[in-house]
Amino acid sequence: MTPTSLYRSLFALLLAGFATAAVAAPAAPAPNPNEACLACHGDKDAKNAAGKSIAVDGAKFAQSVHGAATLKCADCHAGIAADKIPHGDKLPPVQCANCHEKAVKEYAGTSHSVSRKAGNGAAASCTDCHGTHDIRPSKDPESRTSHANLAATCLRCHGDEAKVTKQGMPGGNIGNKFNDSIHGKALKGAASRSAPACNDCHGSHGMRPKSDPASRVARANIPNTCGSCHKPELAAWTNGMHGKLRQDGVLAAPGCTDCHSAHGVQQHDTSGFQLDVIKECGTCHADYVKTYRDTFHGQVTALGYSRMATCASCHGAHDVLPASNPASMVSPQNRLKTCQACHPGASANFASFDPHANKHDKARSPLYWYAARFMELLLLGVFSFFGVHTVFWFYRSLRERLSRGNSQERH
Amino acid sequence: MSIATGNAAAAAVGGSAGAAGAAQRYYRRFTPVERIMHAFLMITFVGCALSGLPLIYAERAWAQTLARLLGGFEGAGLIHRICAFVMIVVFVSHVVMVFYKAIKGGRLMAMFWGPDSMVPQLQDGIDIWNNFKWFIGRGPRPQFDRWTYWEKFDYWAVFWGMFIIGGSGLLLWFPVFFSKLLPGWMFNIASLVHGEEALLAVGFIFTFHFFNGHLRPEKFPMDTVIFTGRIPEHELKGERQVEYQRLLREGKLEAKETTAPTSESKWFGWTIGGIALVLGVITVVLIVYSIF
Repeated sequence: MTPTSLYRSLFALLLAGFATAAVAAPAAPAPNPNEACLACHGDKDAKNAAGKSIAVDGAKFAQSVHGAATLKCADCHAGIAADKIPHGDKLPPVQCANCHEKAVKEYAGTSHSVSRKAGNGAAASCTDCHGTHDIRPSKDPESRTSHANLAATCLRCHGDEAKVTKQGMPGGNIGNKFNDSIHGKALKGAASRSAPACNDCHGSHGMRPKSDPASRVARANIPNTCGSCHKPELAAWTNGMHGKLRQDGVLAAPGCTDCHSAHGVQQHDTSGFQLDVIKECGTCHADYVKTYRDTFHGQVTALGYSRMATCASCHGAHDVLPASNPASMVSPQNRLKTCQACHPGASANFASFDPHANKHDKARSPLYWYAARFMELLLLGVFSFFGVHTVFWFYRSLRERLSRGNSQERH
Repeated sequence: MSIATGNAAAAAVGGSAGAAGAAQRYYRRFTPVERIMHAFLMITFVGCALSGLPLIYAERAWAQTLARLLGGFEGAGLIHRICAFVMIVVFVSHVVMVFYKAIKGGRLMAMFWGPDSMVPQLQDGIDIWNNFKWFIGRGPRPQFDRWTYWEKFDYWAVFWGMFIIGGSGLLLWFPVFFSKLLPGWMFNIASLVHGEEALLAVGFIFTFHFFNGHLRPEKFPMDTVIFTGRIPEHELKGERQVEYQRLLREGKLEAKETTAPTSESKWFGWTIGGIALVLGVITVVLIVYSIF
């Protein structure tokens, strides 16, 4: 509940004491107009009828952006009549829009606002992010919405397991993911200024759910959002096969987050990312990851060691191109050079090795197919013959020993 | 496994068959060089198996743990190559030695034919047939000469494996060099057969060779002849009657008679053999678990 009644009494006193009706005019060394409110609300133990704190820290307010602008309590807290102090218990809610029209209008389209209107009181309103009497401008490092503090402010809800679960927040609990990500770590480090906080990808008041085509994090818009910082990568991706597919309207083609994830984005040269991204390639190129796992490269990376060729080592990353494109790293023109990056001295024969030979695809790898069938027959033959041989032998030996044992006992 | 248990078990095996009793006679079956070679072969085989298998089942947790224990893929790779190199050296020296002895002794024919030869003979076919008849209770237990058909199979399996696994392994070890001579698809096939043949070898040695040589009821839990080089008289008579009679007939039996195995050699056999048996059985369990 908003504190009101005392303010009203002060208002009445002022009117009585001075002939002038100009409330805001500092004609005389006027006392702080909020002083009267703080006479009651300044008491840090002040409580309303329901027992809820109605205390206001006057010093903090004075340091806030609104205090610095010498706003008066009544500028936000409407419905306080000068002749009725203490004011009533129920005051109309503060309307930030009275001053911050643009921000509140933008906010109306966010998921926060939408679910708030649907009756979900847990969804963030202005004060959940900005605070109340202690609001500071975002440029102020102390602000809840400063570049350095914003993530912590968002994660108060989006990193709180209980709230995330209860509200079914999109994206789940992103607290640890973001804090451990390259962006999250950079935000806490020396390069904090150039690292993105939540709003750099999602926007602030103009934030939209990713299902909204206008959202900065809508699937179609993600490359441009990431690309606003990662310009060379965006250019490479746009020229690569995945970017080209997007231009052809194939929205399923991977953008940044399909390989890098969103909140958990890791530095590309970490072992964890290098190994995980193989699986990401496999979500679309399943057959190729399967045949890759049949090779030494794929076996070693499956064991958990990244000092071995992964998909990107041969195919490139953002600028991945099909082998039919002469500019591709695996085109007939470039293939040998690609092999030689790890195998210096490799020859044309070397590069004719098929890193995706498929033992079930006779058309692609005929000799390999025959070799696989031969080995299957060989294994099957040997294990069948000796399997039968062993089982029979075991049975016979056991019987003979048992009967001999019995006959010895009878002696 | 303690020495005491080992000797007690060995004594029990001897005792239960024990017509000979305390005055057990022993005959030489393997020369010291052959025993040393077998020891090297088994150590390097187990080494190659343990350091190579993690790659085949790379996505399994046990494979990742095993690879980590062996020093990552680099460490396992080094162990694999050292064992492979030693195994190839043992193999090549065996082949050289066999030919050298045969030529020097003027017994080149006997190397390819006769009871001392590892080359399969008509008698081996008959032995398989008779053994199966015995298995199903339709005949007496066949008696064998110096080398049974399953021992010859083991022997040639090593030859085959050496060419297939060793050859493909060298290709994969030095791909840049060998691809100067060979087309790329050879390396596809090399990596395929290296793994498949290795599974065959590991699966065979750690089940059938173990059963035929050690785990079958007549030998359980272990036959130490390959470590001591000495076969007790009752076993020679009981399983290799043909050899026994032949040696008797040719008057060579006495020359083959030797002293009882020392407790050191038995202890060595029980230890090295026991470790190999345990590692082998664990490996087979892991493979079977990974297949199903």
